[in-house]
Amino acid sequence: MSRPLHLAVELDGEGAHPAAWRRASHAPAALLTPERVRALAQVAENAGLTLVTFDDSLLPPGGVGPVGRIGAVERAAFAAVHTTVLGLAPVVSTTYSEPFHVSSQLASLDFAAAGRAAWLVAATDDPAAARALGRPVVEGTAALRREALDAVRVARDLWDSWEDDAAVRDVGTGRYLDRDKLHYIDFVGETYSVKGPAIVPRPPQGQLVVLAPAGLLPEDVADVELVQGRSVAALAGRGTGLRFAELEIALDTPAHTAAARLADLDRRAPWPAGPRLRYTGPPGGLVALLEELAGVVDGVRLRPAVLEEDLPELSARVLPALFRSGTAARPRPGASLRSTLGLPRPASRFGRHLTSVEGTA
Amino acid sequence: MSSTDYPRPDARLHLGVFFQGVNHWTIWSLPESGSQIDFSSFRRMITTAERGLFDAFFLGEGLRLRESGGKIHDLDVAGRPDAITQLAALAGVTERIGLVATQNTTYNEPADLARRLSGLDVLSKGRAGWNVVTTDNAWTGENFRRGGYLDHADRYVRAEQFLTVARQIWDSWDADALATGPDAEDWADPKGIATVGARTSQFDVEITPTLPRSPQGHPVIFQAGDSAEGRDFAARNADVVFSAHGSDFADALAFAGDLRARLRTAGRPEDALRILPGTEIILGDTEKEAAEKARWIRLHQVTPATALAIAGQVWGIDLADRDADGPLPAEDPVVTAPTGEMGSRRWKDPREIVRTWRETAEARGLTLRETVIALGPQRGHVGTPGGLAEKFAHFVRSGAVDGFNVSPYLTPDGLDDIVDRLVPELQDRGVYRERYTGTTLREHLGLGPSGDSR
Repeated sequence: MSRPLHLAVELDGEGAHPAAWRRASHAPAALLTPERVRALAQVAENAGLTLVTFDDSLLPPGGVGPVGRIGAVERAAFAAVHTTVLGLAPVVSTTYSEPFHVSSQLASLDFAAAGRAAWLVAATDDPAAARALGRPVVEGTAALRREALDAVRVARDLWDSWEDDAAVRDVGTGRYLDRDKLHYIDFVGETYSVKGPAIVPRPPQGQLVVLAPAGLLPEDVADVELVQGRSVAALAGRGTGLRFAELEIALDTPAHTAAARLADLDRRAPWPAGPRLRYTGPPGGLVALLEELAGVVDGVRLRPAVLEEDLPELSARVLPALFRSGTAARPRPGASLRSTLGLPRPASRFGRHLTSVEGTA
Repeated sequence: MSSTDYPRPDARLHLGVFFQGVNHWTIWSLPESGSQIDFSSFRRMITTAERGLFDAFFLGEGLRLRESGGKIHDLDVAGRPDAITQLAALAGVTERIGLVATQNTTYNEPADLARRLSGLDVLSKGRAGWNVVTTDNAWTGENFRRGGYLDHADRYVRAEQFLTVARQIWDSWDADALATGPDAEDWADPKGIATVGARTSQFDVEITPTLPRSPQGHPVIFQAGDSAEGRDFAARNADVVFSAHGSDFADALAFAGDLRARLRTAGRPEDALRILPGTEIILGDTEKEAAEKARWIRLHQVTPATALAIAGQVWGIDLADRDADGPLPAEDPVVTAPTGEMGSRRWKDPREIVRTWRETAEARGLTLRETVIALGPQRGHVGTPGGLAEKFAHFVRSGAVDGFNVSPYLTPDGLDDIVDRLVPELQDRGVYRERYTGTTLREHLGLGPSGDSR
């Protein structure tokens, strides 16, 4: 049997539909509470999803939807202590952020989540972000890609800058650290340089899982590429890493059809069809679509129209069917996210790869 | 002296705990020395502190791994989490205790840092604090986009401007900006959210904030700088001063008096600021046992290698191959210019320090290591639970301190005997809370609500 399809869901805001908040059963203020962050993460974990993503930006989410948002790393860290097997992937932009801070924050998340953290890499093309931070505007696709690649390289180098066993606690010599196992990264990019080593020791996974929208990073840099296409055929392709398809969904609920729910929301704000595949209809149809996608991609990131309505349907009617047919699998307790995704735990790039003499001593 | 004779007979002691991430005060060599990075260590210490009804749990900040003599310093604990990320996780395993992150104003920007602190404050329902620190050295800057851009003279200028922008970000949402139901015109009234703009010597920014005020308004501001400039900064801006004046009563009282005078000059009431000196607390069943324990702790903190490293910083030369249990080095110290390295600014005039060390060592017949211990910072209170409770009641009722920020010498269990043995003695004397009466950090500290900065 082929490998299981990995299932992720985007948990930001009230859902992918810009008017989603109007169908929520809670007051708008409830979005910005710890109870909400906790409840969504627990619903996702109990449903058996592998991973949740938390969209983010320094700027308010635009348009007619909620303009309030708690930072994604903070939400993920808070969710970490309320879950045990769920992967947690905050969006952190690479365009104007400090790569040293970003690397520390994500490594810390991996410790708090005991090896379940990931990074959904993003670029920010809105010059308002530059204005907010007082930085020169990064303009054009090439420059955005360069900043993204530099930030990911710095983070990856810093995560490796402590070898796993750098804290030796050698009472005999009085040394807590073996400084030969700590490494300056000496990164020099076009717009900045970073010396290293990290402040945070090597995270539990060694390297966090790095996800990125297709095209932002060179192919071999991210562990998971998020691919878009309006049909299953358009999503077919190959990559060096894992490929997750983006899929917008609106499901029939016991009370309302998906079409009726969307019609209600579209009156308030349209949800224009974008470059992503969208599914609207009964849960059984989504099960069939995901089974079809299992032959095309390694995973799917679901973007529910209204989290409060679509997540319970996913949990009750979609995932159980996929688990029964073996199309998808629940993450195992104690497994790191890398291991759930079938990714090996890499050795530090700075380690001296000595030939093992184990067993001959 | 009966308690009613004190200037503040009803004063209560506030306790915080500092989870140390660097320096030799944390003993890592014992069987019970736990992980400095595993989440379980942090969870263990903060839940102990919350059981002990502490006001706050503090984390430091690292921006560059410490070095001495051009090499990574390898003798002390090192490797720690990002403070705000860790505290956001700890917010989920605690209910009441304050969560204070040390964060630098030099290598951060207000739009990002104020938002992260705000997120912590909202997730914890009003328990966040920010210990504002500054730095200027280019050595730290080597890890950041701008490098070492800031002049020493400008570090508090930037910090103050930073705080002003941060407060505007925290106060940008009107209390009624959010819609109350699904049929409102907008999710939030655009007129109810102010755009924050600043054009100052340090900032040229325009920010649309994404978060409302928290139950405590906004994060509590802590400050630790001890220079005249730092004290004035605290008097103008801080809610709490995390001072280094808490071991000697006269010194603590003098510091408190100085700070109150600066508060008056700044136009703030004397009770607008809490003074929480950092301290170690070492307990024993008897005074003698406590003193013996203190000596044992010092010997584990100041190992032979650490004694040689500290002396090496004073002398400005590598003494790693000397004998720590022998005499002081015979040569004169080398005077070097300050960098960002360990000790490079701590020792203003090494010749003066060495003179004092020699006099003490000769007069008392001490080895190098014993001299380092004898003349190191006297940062603690040593005694029986009852004796120290009596002493702390005297400190707080006299107005010398408002409490202490405890630095346990052991991770993660170093707070246990303080919570189990000292706290009940303090409660018996009426100088410590019996339960939390508020839910926010600001309430725990007895501070008024944070004003709206607009």
